[in-house]
Amino acid sequence: MRVTEHPIFEDLDTTEYVNITVDGKPVKAVKGEMILAALLAEGIIINRYTTKRHEPRGLFCAIGQCTDCMMVVNGMPNVRTCITPVEEGMTVETQNGLGEWRTEG
Amino acid sequence: MKEYEMIVIGGGAAGLSAAIEAKRHGVNVLLIDSNDKAGGQLVKQTHKFFGAKMHRAGTRGFNICKELLKESEDLGVEVLLNGLVMGIYDGDTVAVDVKVSLTEHKLMMLKAKNIVISTGASENAVRFEGWTLPGVMGAGAAQTMVNYRHVLPGKKMLMIGSGNVGLIVSYQLMQAGVEIKGIVEALPKITGWQVHASKLTREGIHIYTGYTIKKAHGTDRVTGATIAKVNPDWSLVSGSEIEVDCDFICIGAGLKPLTGLAHMAGCELIYDKALGGWAPAHNYNMETTKKGIYVAGDATGLEEASTAIEEGTIAGAAIAEATGHLSAAEAEERKAGAWRRLADLRDGFHGEERLAAKNKQLAEYDRLMGVRE
Ligand SMILES: Cc1cc2nc3c(=O)[nH]c(=O)nc-3n(C[C@H](O)[C@H](O)[C@H](O)COP(=O)(O)OP(=O)(O)OC[C@H]3O[C@@H](n4cnc5c(N)ncnc54)[C@H](O)[C@@H]3O)c2cc1C
Ligand code: FES
Repeated sequence: MRVTEHPIFEDLDTTEYVNITVDGKPVKAVKGEMILAALLAEGIIINRYTTKRHEPRGLFCAIGQCTDCMMVVNGMPNVRTCITPVEEGMTVETQNGLGEWRTEG
Repeated sequence: MKEYEMIVIGGGAAGLSAAIEAKRHGVNVLLIDSNDKAGGQLVKQTHKFFGAKMHRAGTRGFNICKELLKESEDLGVEVLLNGLVMGIYDGDTVAVDVKVSLTEHKLMMLKAKNIVISTGASENAVRFEGWTLPGVMGAGAAQTMVNYRHVLPGKKMLMIGSGNVGLIVSYQLMQAGVEIKGIVEALPKITGWQVHASKLTREGIHIYTGYTIKKAHGTDRVTGATIAKVNPDWSLVSGSEIEVDCDFICIGAGLKPLTGLAHMAGCELIYDKALGGWAPAHNYNMETTKKGIYVAGDATGLEEASTAIEEGTIAGAAIAEATGHLSAAEAEERKAGAWRRLADLRDGFHGEERLAAKNKQLAEYDRLMGVRE
């Protein structure tokens, strides 16, 4: 969910979007926002599953300190989505365990 | 290796103020921050600050941030963003991991005889059954997502902790449209300021004093929580459980100074609960027990943006003096002014404990360095 009305922030116009793919599904993200913000706007809150016990993890610190929000971005695992901005055409995938490197093509 | 007269690590209220003060007197300074924008905690603070006009009271945190950023820009402070400082070596060399793009990082080694550590603080966690579930997060994390990124982590929130952060963040989430399902506080009374608590209770939000969280429910995400009464020995009162219908839980259990870099550089740390835990001892100039390494703001004890600004100013003036840009008398005037404002900020009911801790920190520096009165 996005914050659309707010007593202090008036300028919440989000007119410029980019297209990203999350686990194969197309998602519209606000230009320049963090990947994690685009996911929360869609109600997606699981970012990865742990290595040993396969437990879900999601947003915990929002400032790049805890690594709970790591996902596979453009084939690269362990990207902290709370501090990584979206880019047009980006692919984002839920990460399992430590993830695997994948290079395109 | 590129050399500066002064490097500031962390561009929050403290770091920006240190850089501004030094640059104003002509010091060649570089400010480094790990984020894509400087401002630290202030970027997400929507409430108006307390205190007197000279402490920018009545101005919203994010607007104070804009003022500081503008001042630093107007003065031409050199800023390195997306730069995470990983270490301080030999007391004068700073290693920075600079994020260039998603796949490219570069390592930079920079030198300065004067380094200010103003890295702020990190949030404390609380562990309970289900605390790793998606939907359990730091109160500051929720504040960042809502006030800075403008997205909501959920619709119905339970807050753990009634300190100022817990209270202020609850109120701000409510303003953004979140339903606040309650605030639990293990101690018998609200620990934050009454004015923040009243804003919530007036809206009918219940603050459960003497309660803690027992469990977060859910398998893939938070679907609810159980809270229960706490005995004086911290065990739970059986039969006192209350079910809370929430889809996310915020932990507002305080913050602790980020002391990693200071510790690595060999600065002596002291422990005080009122400071948030371990923090570097420092002198009147904000210089630590390591010559040329200074501290300011939350990194040297949890306080406020207003105190962070003054501490940064002191460090900036002291470094301008150390580098010969200010005479001892000129520097003393700047420092004494900032210390007077600090004394005002630490005056009164809310400041007593902090003032005592801060004085201990200064005394501890003298003891460690063998300074005689
Ligand atoms: C909810 C809330 C409400 C508050 N309300 C008030 C109030 O009403 N009045 C008031 O005066 N204060 C208030 N404060 C406190 C105030 O915001 C802080 O005390 C102050 O902003 C701290 O400033 P700082 O510069 O020390 O740290 P920060 O603002 O935390 O800045 C530290 C900066 O350092 C960067 N950094 C950290 N480590 C590194 C590294 N290794 N390399 C590079 N960069 C790094 C961080 O990214 C960050 O930008 C509040 C705080 C919170 C959380
Ligand atoms: S949420 Fe902690 S690193 Fe992203």
